[in-house]
Amino acid sequence: MKKFINKTDNFIIDSLKGFAKAHDDLVELNLDPIFVTRKKINSDKVLLVSGGGSGHEPLHTGYIGKGMLDVACPGHVFTSPTPDQMISAIEYCQPKNGVLFIVKNYSGDVMNFEMASEMISVDHQTVLTNDDAAVINSSYTSGRRGVAGTVIVEKVVGSLAELGGDLTACKKLGDKVNLYSSSIGAALSSCTIPAAGKPTFEIGDDEIEFGVGIHGEPGRKREKIKEASLIAEDMISVILKDFEEKSLNIKDSNGVLLLVNGFSGTPLSELYLIYNEVSEKFSAKGIHISRSMVGNYTTALDMAGASITVCLLDNEIKKHWDSAVMTPSLRWGNEDV
Amino acid sequence: MENDFIIKCIDSVAQCIIDREDEIESLDRAIGDGDHYINIKRGSSALQSIKPELEDIPTNEIFKKIGMTLMTSVGGASGPLFASFFLSVSKHIEEGDNLQKFSQAFALGVESIMQRGKSKLGDKTMLDVLIPVSEKLKVLADDSYEIKELTKQIDLVAQASVKATKDLLPTKGRAAGLADRAIGHIDPGAKTCQLIISTICYELNKT
Repeated sequence: MKKFINKTDNFIIDSLKGFAKAHDDLVELNLDPIFVTRKKINSDKVLLVSGGGSGHEPLHTGYIGKGMLDVACPGHVFTSPTPDQMISAIEYCQPKNGVLFIVKNYSGDVMNFEMASEMISVDHQTVLTNDDAAVINSSYTSGRRGVAGTVIVEKVVGSLAELGGDLTACKKLGDKVNLYSSSIGAALSSCTIPAAGKPTFEIGDDEIEFGVGIHGEPGRKREKIKEASLIAEDMISVILKDFEEKSLNIKDSNGVLLLVNGFSGTPLSELYLIYNEVSEKFSAKGIHISRSMVGNYTTALDMAGASITVCLLDNEIKKHWDSAVMTPSLRWGNEDV
Repeated sequence: MENDFIIKCIDSVAQCIIDREDEIESLDRAIGDGDHYINIKRGSSALQSIKPELEDIPTNEIFKKIGMTLMTSVGGASGPLFASFFLSVSKHIEEGDNLQKFSQAFALGVESIMQRGKSKLGDKTMLDVLIPVSEKLKVLADDSYEIKELTKQIDLVAQASVKATKDLLPTKGRAAGLADRAIGHIDPGAKTCQLIISTICYELNKT
């Protein structure tokens, strides 16, 4: 393992300290327990609280700021945060109009957020994201995983909350964006958890893991690497089938948002190459891409690979996607801090 | 149950986890995401650091402190599950309870894990060790077995049940994404539960 680390045990703290210093105009870091909040807390709006294991940066801390999250609770690498983090953060922010938890659907995250929500007295709701179309038999297992679609949920609901949407409306919109989003990823390499010191899984030089999760959890199948065009074709067919199973018409909308997300070990040039493949194939199928994002938005430590997320855009989602946002990792619309 | 004995078990379990690092890690890398050992070790070290606080408090308070410490240190899925177990036991145990009472509290603790994790027997989780152990404990406690014989039998049940998780299809947690690719692998959460139970049996046997 070769990483920029002082002591493995201090990896997350050291990194968060740097993050907080680099963005001290926007965020504030609390150390015991660990949570990150906006610099200027607005206790009159619905408080958007997310969190999860670290290693997916910029998710979630990078999305704190006006128009997106209020609080993020980072856990250890790939390990959900503990309930005391969420409870302390909420006590610190003193929200007057309720708390919306945005939680990726993993057993650990679900249970820790559930314990936190049982221990707070303020009004709260939870949006569980589960956009990963790779997981099959979802009624049989603990369900689909929350992956890069979570960023879209956080952006869109963040906008509504900023504009004064109440808890019920925020919850409803969050559930809708999640339903309207589908993701599928493929890994070219494993990733190495600092404390483990070795790769999470073995993968041959000529192999890819199709349907991988953002923690290096194995996906649908291990297969030989092939042309990007063919991998994109496989990804698209999973996404199309998923929308079909959800009875959503991918063509009958205001177009889609296409997010090509890197897991952080793949260069932007390759991500744009994937974007090109997907956009050509979408165009041939009559699917209109009206918004795009390409980059490392939901990562898996040092894993090489990428995922695509498609989100159907109705007028409401499109409006809130386009609205101003000012966070360390997403900022547009010339909004003041 | 004496405080000294619980404190002794905290040390022995922590040592056992460290001794079995490679085994736990390789199981988790095979069907999980490789963080189970790290999380469990963080929990067992956190418990060692609160030992002085456990010396002079009632039994139920010990279990509560253990539960809260695990809840705020472990994270992941195992954190809330272990925490739910100890917090539930703390509500159903009293100073000077006999083995029969303890086995009832243990069973309720296991039930709280089932509720928290929305899991049942056969899901390839820690419950596949805890449920058979809990049932055996109840039978043996009701029949007031000698402690040596009881620990031997509990240990055997734990060992056999952890092996049996090999053939199970995972439906919960990160391993679920693997489906039948996980068959043939022992569940790491079940393994750590077996290690903890076997260690406590070993300590009981020495008393």
